[in-house]
Amino acid sequence: MILPYFVILPLLAAFLITLLAGKKDDWAITLAFMALISLLVLSIFGFVTMHEETVVYSMSGWDAPIGICLVQDALSLFMLVMINLIALTSLCFSIQYIRHLSQDWKYYALFMLLIAGMNGVVVTGDLFNLYVFMEIALISAFALVAYGCRAEEYEASFKYAVMGGLSSSIILIGIAFTYSATSSLTLARIAEVLPTVDPRLVLWIGALFLAGFGLKAASMPFHAWLPDAHSSAPAPISSMLSGVLIKALGVYVLFRLFFNVFGAPAIFMQLLLVLGALSIVLGVFLAIGQWDLKRLLAYHSISQIGYILLGMGLATPLGILGAVFHLLNHALFKSLLFYNAGAVEMVLGTRNLRKMGKLAKLLPVTSGTSMVASLSISGIPPFNGFFSKLIIIIAAIQAGHPIFAFWAVLGSLLTLASFMKVQRYGFYGEIEHKTPIMMPGNLVRFAMLTLAVLCVLSSLMVLPGIRELTLDPVVDVILNKTGYIRMVCGRAL
Amino acid sequence: MKDQQGMSIIVKTVTRVSVWLILLYGWYIILHGHLTPGGGFAGGVIIALAFLNVMLAYGKDFTVKWLNIQFLKDMEAASITLFLVMGLLGISFGGAFLANFLGKGKLFHLFSAGTIPLFNVIIGIKVAMSLFLVVWVLADIDSTKGGEL
Repeated sequence: MILPYFVILPLLAAFLITLLAGKKDDWAITLAFMALISLLVLSIFGFVTMHEETVVYSMSGWDAPIGICLVQDALSLFMLVMINLIALTSLCFSIQYIRHLSQDWKYYALFMLLIAGMNGVVVTGDLFNLYVFMEIALISAFALVAYGCRAEEYEASFKYAVMGGLSSSIILIGIAFTYSATSSLTLARIAEVLPTVDPRLVLWIGALFLAGFGLKAASMPFHAWLPDAHSSAPAPISSMLSGVLIKALGVYVLFRLFFNVFGAPAIFMQLLLVLGALSIVLGVFLAIGQWDLKRLLAYHSISQIGYILLGMGLATPLGILGAVFHLLNHALFKSLLFYNAGAVEMVLGTRNLRKMGKLAKLLPVTSGTSMVASLSISGIPPFNGFFSKLIIIIAAIQAGHPIFAFWAVLGSLLTLASFMKVQRYGFYGEIEHKTPIMMPGNLVRFAMLTLAVLCVLSSLMVLPGIRELTLDPVVDVILNKTGYIRMVCGRAL
Repeated sequence: MKDQQGMSIIVKTVTRVSVWLILLYGWYIILHGHLTPGGGFAGGVIIALAFLNVMLAYGKDFTVKWLNIQFLKDMEAASITLFLVMGLLGISFGGAFLANFLGKGKLFHLFSAGTIPLFNVIIGIKVAMSLFLVVWVLADIDSTKGGEL
């Protein structure tokens, strides 16, 4: 049984780092690497050997409705692979970048706590347990955003903490209402009892969760904290926040709650469609005018999350497929883009696009991988972003929402425009740079190259043979509410 | 007067006696966590408050000399690591993470309830150390220079 180790290993690494590290960071790096490599191997092993079954693990031997259970199904394993993959590349990138700031083990301890929180959110089958893990991940994220100790980082971190606290309070109120209505905190048990509850109360609970987790996912009316937090954090942390944190804490939980627990109620699906289309268009409009590279990328995160919400709101198998696929693709190319921005920042000491310039010669790997990532995010074939956006657009038309499909296409065109700007000013501009501050090391280049290769390879997942093994089981889990209840509660309905 | 820091001699004398009583009460709450209301968290807070009492009465410098801060930090990390190790022992002997693997003993006796008292002790130490260190960092921080944990 591998399930509890997804939480135990990163926690153990974090505590051993604080215990053993001393003053230097060598031990911390070794421990973090050991933990993350074993987590990635475990999650891939789990995904390959799952055979589309759900495994339930009862913590301390108490069974599901009484104790806390961990649930391993295709959706959670898919998220685990994604989280631990991005985390490992982020760690590769961190070493040089963080040593450049300070030689310190605290970063790695906080980083491992962040992973523990996200893995915990993804594996748990208990609503309050999910809340606790979410807080672990968030509190480490607040500290990591402020890691550079400059004034604007403190400001961003404070803003993030206030918005995070607000959304957590909304979620906590939602949990309290759920508990009073259903007398249970196990997700499967809630799903079982919820149809007998007063529909007005269900509406109210759903609205609270949509607002709370929508804030975590930074969909449009709840987005204000994201650009500050994601652009001020150290580059590897920006990539963790934009690449996986908003998905593990926001989108994943929305999937789990609104599909497996609430059973896709039509009114919330409509809301998700509208929120998704709003996020796509307004996010990209805000992004296109930015000159700070990381801020531009942060606004694009809002826009890309919009695509995922749009696919989710369609609630058709094809729409969910597109959303799940875009979830993975966005994690890959957005993390890569943040690494590129971080590498340029290391070399030139600036994030301003106007001050960059001819970088293609100076930084061949960075500019090459940034080209791959830019093409992926703008949806150019054969890169992965094209296929997932295409699936979402086709699904929208099939479901009879041509207007939403139009917004998605418009968003994609504007994304292309804004990344042409990034390439034009950032990597193929006029300014020559002769004296770089430092050059990116091998591990940094390795992290960028790995993700660039994956950006191309993951587009293979649309092929029917590979899709049946990877994406289809995830879609099945999301759409099969009764299956989730039956598997977790261990009895027929 | 030689020792300028802290409060008056009356407060110091009272604190010198009362701090041991508070510590004793904290340990009582922790050790009886499985029998009476309270437990690791509540008892840990009381222990932390005993240390804070000393810090208020005698001042920061004396407290840092009296308590070895590095030792407290190590205790904090070690206690939570021990918690995880106990949980892992639950996997090997009890069948699930954090499962009970000791004898349950007789109801309402001090040494009963399997691993729960042990977890209470570990959590008590962790909470006491964490809470005290948080306040110590806040007291130690120099707003012009920034602090260091």
